[in-house]
Amino acid sequence: MSVAGVDRVAAAFARAREENRAALVGYLTGFDPDRAGSLERIFAACEGGLDVLELGVPFSDPTADGPTIQAAMTRALASGASVAGALEMAAEIRRRFPLPIVLFSYANPLLSHGPERLAQEAAGAGADALLVVDLPPEHAEVLRGPAGARGLGWIGLVAPTTTPTRRARVLGASSGFVYAVSLTGVTGAPLDPSDPGLHAGLATLRESSGLPIVVGFGVRKAEDVRALAGHADGVVVGSALVEAGQRGPAALGELVAALRGGTLRA
Amino acid sequence: MAQVETRPKARRTGGSPIGATIPRRMTAAPQSDDDNPLRGPPELLGQFGEFGGRYVAETLMPAVEELARAWPEAWADPTFVGEYRAILRDYVGRPTPITEARRLPEAVGGGRIFLKREDLNHTGAHKINNCIGQVLLARRLGKRRIIAETGAGQHGVATATACAYFGMPCVVYMGAEDVARQALNVVRMRLLGAEVRPVTSGSATLKDAINAALRDWVASVADTHYVIGSVMGPDPYPLMVRELQRVIGDEARAQLLERIGRLPDAAVACVGGGSNAMGLFAAFVPDAAVKLYGVEATGEGLQGRHAATMARGRVGVFHGMRSLVLQTDDGQLLEAHSISAGLDYPGIGPEHAFLHATGRARYLGVSDREALAATELLARTEGIIPALESAHAIAALPAVIRELGRDAVVLVNVSGRGDKDMHTVMKHLDPATLDLIDKAEREREAARAALRGAAGEESLIVDGHVLRSERKEGT
Repeated sequence: MSVAGVDRVAAAFARAREENRAALVGYLTGFDPDRAGSLERIFAACEGGLDVLELGVPFSDPTADGPTIQAAMTRALASGASVAGALEMAAEIRRRFPLPIVLFSYANPLLSHGPERLAQEAAGAGADALLVVDLPPEHAEVLRGPAGARGLGWIGLVAPTTTPTRRARVLGASSGFVYAVSLTGVTGAPLDPSDPGLHAGLATLRESSGLPIVVGFGVRKAEDVRALAGHADGVVVGSALVEAGQRGPAALGELVAALRGGTLRA
Repeated sequence: MAQVETRPKARRTGGSPIGATIPRRMTAAPQSDDDNPLRGPPELLGQFGEFGGRYVAETLMPAVEELARAWPEAWADPTFVGEYRAILRDYVGRPTPITEARRLPEAVGGGRIFLKREDLNHTGAHKINNCIGQVLLARRLGKRRIIAETGAGQHGVATATACAYFGMPCVVYMGAEDVARQALNVVRMRLLGAEVRPVTSGSATLKDAINAALRDWVASVADTHYVIGSVMGPDPYPLMVRELQRVIGDEARAQLLERIGRLPDAAVACVGGGSNAMGLFAAFVPDAAVKLYGVEATGEGLQGRHAATMARGRVGVFHGMRSLVLQTDDGQLLEAHSISAGLDYPGIGPEHAFLHATGRARYLGVSDREALAATELLARTEGIIPALESAHAIAALPAVIRELGRDAVVLVNVSGRGDKDMHTVMKHLDPATLDLIDKAEREREAARAALRGAAGEESLIVDGHVLRSERKEGT
């Protein structure tokens, strides 16, 4: 019997750890550039070697995202993206690939769908966790509760600005893994992956959490992944994948394979 | 649902001898949290009933928490409040007067109408009250850079002005559409030393300017304060901006008591995000006898493009708050439209959503054309050219008077002056609009006739639609 939800997420990180590498977490926006094109790209990325897929459920006003993912969400909405459509996509991906699927979005489209209904349909589609940028732990329960009841993980975010008090609050509300935001800024901003301050922050976070820690924002190349692989349980690449996807599924698959090469620890 | 009718612990005027309760202060009256009937307990994250909250990315949460701690401290600090008041007096030109309308009443079906003259503020609108306070707070917090969003450009100009006054660098995000529509204000901001960054993403209007400002703030939060221009956004902004704008209502309340020895029967103000209305309402919310009317923009009509958040919005999470939002069934934001860029916003401050839900305030709708006609009406009857935003409040007067009767005392906030809108007015003074103005003249004549004798319930100049207003009243 196959595992699902937080268990599937845990298994993916355990496998990567056994292989002495960081897990490669890849973000792509559902329906970018359209439904079929998006599936084609996501399949290519999965085949290229993603360990975890973050599937973006488009929102009209993604305030935490930089220009690349904003534009992807705008393209996706123009080609008919919807919450229901994104859930159907998740189900199609699940039929072909066993990797954990994290639904990434903002509060409004998910809450508008109805928290109970969203959690039920997400679990039914084979998604394993939710990452909602603008639902901090103080407001998360409305969706985290129904998601948890169906075995779905809740991915909390810790930023460089997060205080120790808040960090404990975020960790307490998280399951599956914890997302360490690498920089004070939006997705796709420039990052120095060798910054000792960043490495120290990741070390603190790993000490204080029993969950896998993934690091993301501004990670673009295999060298970036390599520089971070020893400091986190996983590395997230988003904007760079979206950009490669615009050059087609083949280009995207190649980039994922190259990034995967960077996950091996020395 | 939270408690409905909020009762003040102090400062009741009903039944007390007229004139005996005139506050001595003519400017903002800070209240402690305990004394503040609108403020929920702090553990509710600044929620107003089910509305409000702090729905922001983790990166911003510490900054928002810092503000939520610093704001009440500052507002309780006599030095801070003293400096704020002194600047409002010596620089902004407060208190602004109330003007009793002389000829407007006969055109709108009667009433005794008092205009709160926020149009006479430095920079031409109420926005400056908030900007002075927030930039003062930013200095207190040691922030070295100011960012702001702007729609019509009024908040941008007011922020740029406050930054020039204090010598702080200022970046204003403005939708590219609005940059084109409000070129004059762009020139003003640049003249004042601000950098104006046009925003081309999304619908390239106010909501996208706010998105861009939030993205800037996510990256610059260590040394930057974001001056939000209305009673919206994550807590503590809705509360803080209301308190910084309540000088409008506090002054007007005292001025009316002094002038006519009684409170008004109604207070009326236009609502986009809702800061001038909240500023006016704040002083009267505890006075249950004073009816509160917010006026939102129905734009081209509710079947067309509009900004009628109360009439057509659904509860959602947007720009850091839970409030009413114009959105699709799938939770995507809709583009708002109003002829007045300042009302062109698909959300509304959470406290307005609360006052609406509890029935304490009612919200009417006024269209682009009605607002244009009301601009002309106030200009011709009183010699005051209001901002198109404020004209929405004027346009709702016939509906308010019709409801309250011809003897009603009505306080209306003229939140800004119309200089900035002359280009828009010029563009819309097409034959159809001129026809409308002529029709308004005829109807005004009919209204006068009605006032002189006949029963005459209809034929008023403009028609403020009462929207979803009766529910839960009196609970």
